[in-house]
Amino acid sequence: MNDERPDTSSPQGGFNPGMFQQMMSTHGHSGHLGILYRAHGDSWVELELPYTPELIGDVDTGVIASGPIISLMDNATSLSVWTAIGKFRPQVTLDLRVDYMRPATPGKTVVGRGECYKTTRSMAFVRGIAHDGDPDDPVAHVAGTFIRIENFLG
Amino acid sequence: MSDTDTIETVLGFMPPFAKTMGMTVDHMQGGLPVITYDYGPQVMGRPGFLHGGAMSGLMEIAAIAALRVTLGKDESNLKIKPVNITINFMRGGRELRTYALGEVTRIGRRVANVEAKAWQDDPSKPIATVFMNFLLSAPRSA
Repeated sequence: MNDERPDTSSPQGGFNPGMFQQMMSTHGHSGHLGILYRAHGDSWVELELPYTPELIGDVDTGVIASGPIISLMDNATSLSVWTAIGKFRPQVTLDLRVDYMRPATPGKTVVGRGECYKTTRSMAFVRGIAHDGDPDDPVAHVAGTFIRIENFLG
Repeated sequence: MSDTDTIETVLGFMPPFAKTMGMTVDHMQGGLPVITYDYGPQVMGRPGFLHGGAMSGLMEIAAIAALRVTLGKDESNLKIKPVNITINFMRGGRELRTYALGEVTRIGRRVANVEAKAWQDDPSKPIATVFMNFLLSAPRSA
């Protein structure tokens, strides 16, 4: 990618997570895992991770590895920050905690919903859940923080 | 078990996810496997940097491998279930080969506490670390 920062603003201004994820889904780690945009609101973003045998972590059961769920939630919570503040602000993950409540059901798409509940000048605080159809029966719960940086593209 | 045998064992239980990320065993260090992958599109986040999730995936496999090797042959039928993971990111991962090594802090009757760290050119400058808790259980049929 060149130095030009991608235009991910929506026609009404603000930040467009769908357009951003679409761009990320064509290459890199997100593209490799097959992560897709699903929906968003004022301060939350939902992405989805379709089931594929390549992501299996337990060959006996066909359950996907937990690594891709971390990536899904890292992406969903990261996008939720820019969605909440209404613009792209260079940031990196400072920390992320994931609690695995149960294995994702083999064959089912995993939905990752990230929510930004607080931003300060330097920080953004996020939480989220991953589920495979029923948000009331989550696969995982996450909490994390992002820190603002000067130069996203190095 | 010799280091060569251990490497074979670890490669044997690497799941499809680890393979699709290009993970392999680089070498043994203090009897535990150093897991590695090369930089490539499959691990790239923002342009020129490793994806945080890809780093986490590598450290998670390193933690599981360290636990499996530490449990050893006697307890190879024990089921290990990750309960949670806490990841701290210290430095941006660059376009280099990345390594991760796990270390078992404690194996209890029901829970194992495992740490892992990831680095690139300098092991004394970790790019990220993880803490993981695993639930241990005997296989149901046993």
